Amino acid sequence: MSETSRIKPTKLNTAVAVELDRVNKWYGDFHVLRDIDLKVMGGERIVICGPSGSGKSTMIRCINRLEEHQKGRIVVDGVELTSDLKKIDEIRREVGMVFQHFNLFPHLTVMENCTLAPIWVRKMPKKDAEDIAMQYLRRVKIPEQASKYPGQLSGGQQQRVAIARALCMNPKIMLFDEPTSALDPEMVKEVLDTMVGLAEDGMTMLVVTHEMGFARQVANRIVFMDEGQIVEANAPEEFFAHPKHERTKLFLSQILR
Amino acid sequence: MTMSEGELAVAELHFVRDRAIAPQPPPASMTGALGWVRANLLSTPFNIALTVIVVALLAWVIPELAKFLVFDAVWSGADRDACREAVQHREIGACWPFVWERLPYFVYGSYPIPERWRVDAFFVMLALGIVWLLWLEAPRRDIGVVYCFVVLPIAAFILLHGFEAIGLPVVDTVLWGGMLVTIVVASVGIVVSLPLGILLALGRRSHMPTVRLFSTLFIEFVRGVPLITVLFMASVMLPLFVPERLEPDKLLRALIGIALFASAYMAEVVRAGLQAIPKGQFEGAMAVGLGYWPMMRLIVLPQALKITIPNIVNTYIGLFKDTTLVFIVGIFDFLRAVEVARIDPKWATPVTSTTGYAVAAMFYLAFCYGMSRYARAMEARLAAGEKR
Amino acid sequence: MSIDVTGRPAPATDAFYNDPKVRSFAYQIALGVLVAVLVYGAVTNAIEHLERAHIASGFGFWDQAAGFDISQTLIFYSSQVSTYGRAFWVGLLNTLLVAGIGIVLATVLGFVVGISRLSKNWLLAKTAGGYVEIIRNIPLLLQLLFWYNAVLKALPEMRDSIVIARGAYLNNRGLFLPQPVFLHGFGVVIAAAAVAVAAAVVFTLAARRRQKHTGKRLPVAAVVLALLIGLPLVGFVLKGLPLTFNYPEVGRFNIAGGVEVLPEFAALLFGLSIYTAAFIAEVVRAGILAVSRGQIEAAYSLGLRPRPTLRLIVVPQAMRVIIPPLTSQYLNLTKNSTLAVAIGYPDLVQVFTGTVLNQTGQAVEVVAITMLVYLTISLVTSLLMNIYNRRVALVER
Repeated sequence: MSETSRIKPTKLNTAVAVELDRVNKWYGDFHVLRDIDLKVMGGERIVICGPSGSGKSTMIRCINRLEEHQKGRIVVDGVELTSDLKKIDEIRREVGMVFQHFNLFPHLTVMENCTLAPIWVRKMPKKDAEDIAMQYLRRVKIPEQASKYPGQLSGGQQQRVAIARALCMNPKIMLFDEPTSALDPEMVKEVLDTMVGLAEDGMTMLVVTHEMGFARQVANRIVFMDEGQIVEANAPEEFFAHPKHERTKLFLSQILR
Repeated sequence: MTMSEGELAVAELHFVRDRAIAPQPPPASMTGALGWVRANLLSTPFNIALTVIVVALLAWVIPELAKFLVFDAVWSGADRDACREAVQHREIGACWPFVWERLPYFVYGSYPIPERWRVDAFFVMLALGIVWLLWLEAPRRDIGVVYCFVVLPIAAFILLHGFEAIGLPVVDTVLWGGMLVTIVVASVGIVVSLPLGILLALGRRSHMPTVRLFSTLFIEFVRGVPLITVLFMASVMLPLFVPERLEPDKLLRALIGIALFASAYMAEVVRAGLQAIPKGQFEGAMAVGLGYWPMMRLIVLPQALKITIPNIVNTYIGLFKDTTLVFIVGIFDFLRAVEVARIDPKWATPVTSTTGYAVAAMFYLAFCYGMSRYARAMEARLAAGEKR
Repeated sequence: MSIDVTGRPAPATDAFYNDPKVRSFAYQIALGVLVAVLVYGAVTNAIEHLERAHIASGFGFWDQAAGFDISQTLIFYSSQVSTYGRAFWVGLLNTLLVAGIGIVLATVLGFVVGISRLSKNWLLAKTAGGYVEIIRNIPLLLQLLFWYNAVLKALPEMRDSIVIARGAYLNNRGLFLPQPVFLHGFGVVIAAAAVAVAAAVVFTLAARRRQKHTGKRLPVAAVVLALLIGLPLVGFVLKGLPLTFNYPEVGRFNIAGGVEVLPEFAALLFGLSIYTAAFIAEVVRAGILAVSRGQIEAAYSLGLRPRPTLRLIVVPQAMRVIIPPLTSQYLNLTKNSTLAVAIGYPDLVQVFTGTVLNQTGQAVEVVAITMLVYLTISLVTSLLMNIYNRRVALVER
């Protein structure tokens, strides 16, 4: 694997951005998340990896209540996540999410995709929302596509729009659910570069991914999950060089060549 | 106060699980009957209101239905007195003796009683053909196709209509009625509409302009007009267009109308299937030197038909329901038999009509619902075949 | 068509009758000749039959006196004076009336049932599913006969009419309602309604502009509703309630005055609406399911609440998938209204292809005109549908 240079160290907050305290979740009888304990500080970048079915996507989807946990506590930016709709709304406004299959709104232009939430959730005037949208579209390096429709863009461009769309709500935390898994190989780099840029600006990020080069470059911690539990967590160099748990070693031997 | 990365305590950073957590059962409130009820029926106030309304509705409908069909129903009797409240001094539900007595009429119409074995023979042969074609594990289904589309029609004609030469007296179609007619009309429609529909679909996709024009005109015309007008056209105008001596039989006219109508709809279903076949199939067949008809017969049509089986069966369900319209051009189908029977003075009671309609509904429900289950099973099988 | 190994078309040394172009030409000529022969034969036979039966030809019958009554007429019609042509229009209007109201009822019921089938409430979903399965698998004609004979005809006789309210009577000859009589000042109410519509439009546009510039939203739906109901109501009250009713008077064998709703109309309306609603429910369900779950998740993760998500994300995408098959169902309902002939509702087929054809004997002209009417309705609808599809198609590469 090529040498990817580590990004410059960034400052971390003492405030806890996301805390999962003994979180358990069941699908029917299937125990999908088992006693998850995780504390994410502000400005930290966590990469979550593991075999398919290990519950990684389910875990981050619990953070913005796309999935519901049955036991334990989840606290996001100081707000506890319960069935209270007001709390859920508050949390969703501060947490942005990027999906594996982009989930752009196909009947709206790129600009409209980005301004939808600021206008209807933050009640912003249209002009202000568009200014912010253009700012983030420039940040992800596709300002010229603003009036196109998602169907006219490549996969990499669509995912970058999805990132910009999430950023337009000014979230404090960004969740990424396998953001490059559905992309053709030549487009993975442009999306990863965008995410590296986000990390350099100090965004708190939880990323579920198989891209270990990205993890080496950006992550503060790598969390390995298997069968619904966190099996091992460590700083990237230690994680790759000296995995401690048997299953971690097995997993790394399968994905690293 | 902020920290830089390196200052995070190593203990916090590094974690290794020492003992695996075995899967636990979910909390009690989630599982079991109680949990299910809470989640599905009572989760929000709106949901609770909905549940209450639906339960109230069902609590009204189902007991009424059960009372009518079973508990208050009369099961034996000779005439209307058995089913009249004034005579029986209780609330009366369905009048089943009416159905028992008129059942032969519902099934055979006025077909002469000594010849009714021929109708029974036809039903048995038809059942055999259906099972042979639809049961996927059946042996030699290719012979089954020949049986259904060639042998059975000829045998049915000889049996039902009669053939003097071998000693079967001719029975005029005027005497045919009830289920016999419904099944004959549906079967003819099914048997004719598929080949004719395929021809029309191929015609519509043809590269020959006149063929394409005629096919398209026919299909769009027939699909744009109501079935009743097609039946009227067939029953009123057909005798005008053919020479005197060929005066077509009333039932035949209705059969022609239904068959043409169903063919146009079938053509569109088959056309959708053909459009789904990738061009490569056609090109591959041509590259090995297959002519047009062999290519269609061996490569394209089998695939096209396979993927549109659910839609073909849906068209057949529609066809089966449409057979009731021959009622309006004077053919005695099953529904008409029920209509005629319910006004019989011998059985005149307030419940006779509803009983008759209930029987008719059950008959059609059985056939149509059965066909739709088959279609859905086929769809599931096809989808499973596509999964990797 | 044969292609040889190198990909060149086979050399033209084959006999000319094997040349595909010649063959195609020959087939088409043969088809043309066949059709021409059949048409010629049919036409000559028809002329011969009609002459022998002394049946007239041509469209002269259109202006002949009809001489028969029609039980429901939306425009002026009299058996003494009106022509067959007028009978045609009466029938056509009756068809459009029952089809129009039927489409509205079927759409409302169909959407409710279709959405219910997707409900998380298991009871509701299964009950809606049961409705769809049962109604779709029973022939429409049977349902119509049931409504007409077993339900409406089983209502009490005229003299035992059910009294629903003052001046509303229900019996086996129909539903009799008070007929509204609009007095002098009612024009003001109509004017007020027009003003209300204009005001609603202006308000909606102004609210939209406001949101665009400041981001703040106004309760548009509530205000529009208040305007559309309130303004005409105010006008109504101010002008001293300019509305009276002509109440039906119940006699022993007849009811005089008031407005009569025929049981034939009601039976056809119920039957058509309930039957078509079952099919519309399936169309709606498929349309909503076609919107992938990811769309909703993306909207929620941006902080959008369920109702705006439905309005801005789900419904626009679902409508694209729903509208084409929905109009197809509307066409089916219109064509199915021809079953009126089985229960005696005077729609176009019953009046024109029934009575008029019987009286004039001119089967060819009458059936042709009827088919032309339905063909026109079908083709116009298809055309509009194509235009709609092209306009809302999702833009792709």
